[in-house]
Amino acid sequence: MSAIDNRFTIHVATVNGSGSQTANTTLLRALFQMGIPVSGKNLFPSNIAGLPTWFTIRANDQGYIARIKRYDLLVALNPETSVADVTAMGPGSVLIVADGLPMPAVPSDRTLYKVPFTKLVEPLVADAKLRKLVVNMIYVGVVSWLLNIDPDEVDRALVAQLGKKPKALEMNRAAVQAGIKYAEEHMKRTPFQARRADRTTGKILIDGNQAAALGALFGGVTFLSWYPITPSSSLAEQLEGFLARYRRDPQTGKATYAVIQAEDEISAIGMVLGASWAGARAMTTTSGPGLSLMTEFTGYAYYAEIPAVIWDIQRIGPSTGLPTRTSQADILSVAFLSHGDTKHVILFPATVQDCYEYGMRAFDLAERLQTPVFVLSDLDIAMNTWMSQPFRYPENPWDRGKVLNAEDLERVKKFERYRDVDGDAIPYRTLPGTNHPLAAYFTRGSGHDEAARYTESSEAYPRVMDRLARKFETARTLVPAPFVEKVSGAEIGLIAFGSTHHAMDETRDKLRAEGMPTSYLLLRAYPFPEEIERFIRGHQRIYVVEQNRDAQMAALLRMEYPELAPRIRSVLHYDGLPIDAESILNGVRAIERPSEVTTR
Amino acid sequence: MSTPANVNRIGLTSADYKGSKSTLCPGCGHDAITGSIIQAAFELGLEQHKVAKMSGIGCSSKTPAYFLGRSHSFNAVHGRMPSVATGAYLANRELIMMGVSGDGDSASIGLGQFLHLVRRNVPIVYIIENNGVYGLTKGQFSATADVGTRAKSGQVNEMMPIDLCEMAIQLGCGFVARSFSGDPKQLRPLLKAAFSHRGTSVLDVISPCVTFNNHEGSTKSYTNAKEHDAPLHEVSFIPHFENIEIDYAPGESREVTLHDGSRIVLKKLEDDYDPTDRMRAIDTIERGRIENRFATGLLYQSKGSASLGEDLGLVDEPLASLPLDRVRPPREVLEAIMAGLMTGGGA
Repeated sequence: MSAIDNRFTIHVATVNGSGSQTANTTLLRALFQMGIPVSGKNLFPSNIAGLPTWFTIRANDQGYIARIKRYDLLVALNPETSVADVTAMGPGSVLIVADGLPMPAVPSDRTLYKVPFTKLVEPLVADAKLRKLVVNMIYVGVVSWLLNIDPDEVDRALVAQLGKKPKALEMNRAAVQAGIKYAEEHMKRTPFQARRADRTTGKILIDGNQAAALGALFGGVTFLSWYPITPSSSLAEQLEGFLARYRRDPQTGKATYAVIQAEDEISAIGMVLGASWAGARAMTTTSGPGLSLMTEFTGYAYYAEIPAVIWDIQRIGPSTGLPTRTSQADILSVAFLSHGDTKHVILFPATVQDCYEYGMRAFDLAERLQTPVFVLSDLDIAMNTWMSQPFRYPENPWDRGKVLNAEDLERVKKFERYRDVDGDAIPYRTLPGTNHPLAAYFTRGSGHDEAARYTESSEAYPRVMDRLARKFETARTLVPAPFVEKVSGAEIGLIAFGSTHHAMDETRDKLRAEGMPTSYLLLRAYPFPEEIERFIRGHQRIYVVEQNRDAQMAALLRMEYPELAPRIRSVLHYDGLPIDAESILNGVRAIERPSEVTTR
Repeated sequence: MSTPANVNRIGLTSADYKGSKSTLCPGCGHDAITGSIIQAAFELGLEQHKVAKMSGIGCSSKTPAYFLGRSHSFNAVHGRMPSVATGAYLANRELIMMGVSGDGDSASIGLGQFLHLVRRNVPIVYIIENNGVYGLTKGQFSATADVGTRAKSGQVNEMMPIDLCEMAIQLGCGFVARSFSGDPKQLRPLLKAAFSHRGTSVLDVISPCVTFNNHEGSTKSYTNAKEHDAPLHEVSFIPHFENIEIDYAPGESREVTLHDGSRIVLKKLEDDYDPTDRMRAIDTIERGRIENRFATGLLYQSKGSASLGEDLGLVDEPLASLPLDRVRPPREVLEAIMAGLMTGGGA
């Protein structure tokens, strides 16, 4: 096996709306089916059709599936970007460029193939409109031949997508064959080769939003309200699809859920609070600008203690920002979202598996703690394709928290909505409709005492606020603990969260090879569980790797552990593209070995 | 079987429908509306535990504390009560939803939410206590202030008022009424009727602010409101559980039957106003604006379209109380989805 077998990156440059998705998925799936670890990243514009878009497939036998900046094989189909696309390719790379595209001079250590895509597809498809879609399959054929991807797997991947449309399937098959034939006649196989492996057996391919939707489905969501916004819409839409299919009463065919597309995000979160207050498992999905609109209501929910699950699929801000680019820059605003003293519980999914599990667990936490629980995903996890072990069916029942029904009230004889009865700072609640004289209470965002009475008392207000702070301490013990890999003798500890996690293995392997062994902590929730403090104390230097400009997670950690602040450094990445190991390595090297970095 | 006069059909007195003591200014129109709500709820024999009282922010939105003390209540953020009410209703459609809002809450900051609530036809009795002024922040104009009305500061409003009744009619609302806090005889039957409507019922009640909008030059002062109140008819309400006939001479009255079989009897005044004529209703409101009077009574009524919830095809039981086995699909469903994601056939 050659050193670069099963270790290559395919970069496809096309025009948005040109229908390349099926083609790219076919390549991705074929490699996956051959047992090779893969990931697929779609870099798309905020546009329906016409602007440039890129799709990158990374195959890596070591399982490194984060983004990599070096591409080995380019498919250039977009005249607008072809010069830049070709220029970006390094020595040893293979370039497949549509015939007639603007081109720079190509150095001789790159392999260049100009392919007459249009001419190849013409005899296969009569309809000019269809031709534009099918032409993509020509490059599937060409690339699969160059990389030696098993043609049977290409065909299987094609059938899986188009099996229900026989006519389209035949047309696309013919295009793949035409591509293969052209490559056989005009090209020679690349040094990058796909060889059958066993690294994907039993695994699934899924995006984070779909995984989150499945989590909510099996978590028993009964209410979803949302307002369309990229990159969160596909979570709500896929959830609605699952609900329509799997959550109809078998006898009556009626829905065991309600989904409302709200008029804006204020309304979306307002409906969630109303539904949750009345006892539904309620959630919303949003991103940056929508999150800002939800600010007032989330402060209300914190203070009036109403469960809510809010998925924030982070994109680049501030303001409209770059709506289709990834980011982790909502951490500080979410942690304290609202005016007044407010602290929110946050979960940070790093994998599609996390998205699925937090899809359920966020409800349990929100209802147990009677507070909003934010799930901070990001565009990279949410909308790109990831491998995973299949998700496991939940073995535990749900946790609906401290709700008193009429019989409970009859037994306890006393009910005060905001009284800490159990010492965990979590009070009991009743639901409207409870038929008992003690059940009713007044929910308000204005000052209230333990019995939910209006008050401006300067004793009652701090009492309630201090209990809420204690409740946050209870949350600390309930949220997911970090994943920790302690390496004995390592002076450096790396902390990451969210999609950054996927670049960490590669980063750490390389650092180790350079004589810098590192421990690793995958941070999964705020408030920070105690393991995090232990981890920071256990290392001389801590690097918090995050995808924002202002080192937001590092700031939160310094706030939490002021005496440990001098140990905390940052590696930051915020250009909107998914983070890659090389960027992290450079960040760490720049601080650890500054003299070497300048000569590198 | 007869019941004592001071006890309703479920054995409660009107005092049982009270809440805590009002903290509004003495003489406030809102307190008069509270009195009418208490009386209407008592006469209907509402079961308080089934009622959810929703409100926003402002003087009007404080009032749910002053009535139906045994009902759950949600005092939301400013202008956003409609969304909370929508969510609460969908979680438990056995709840009797009641919303109390003001002109600032519903016509300014919350206009969007109000309109979308009406558009969705959320079953709720939505009361706007309309005084044309911001009371709690001391006398700024609201968006329902009439052209030419003068604030206490002397400032005159030049902008068109927002007429929430007219907007509600435009959006297909099936029960739209306007009344005056000083006319409990009209307000009470309208309130009771609103509870029998399936869908959103909007009641815009002119309710003078005795502190900030009761001076000369204000179109919503008590004196001016009383002078320009133009009742369209005399309103009587006959609940479905009572078998009463009102004896009007033929041609003297109109009768409207509501969803639950209750009836509204409208005694004709000068004109024969037909509340099922949508264009007439809009015309009446528009003319009133030009002629400086406000028509009160049942402006518009129709069976209307499906209410939210019917629309969504929900199960009969409250979503809130569905057990786990009805909302968590079985293991085989997940397994099938996972198999699809392995082979690429899709979830």
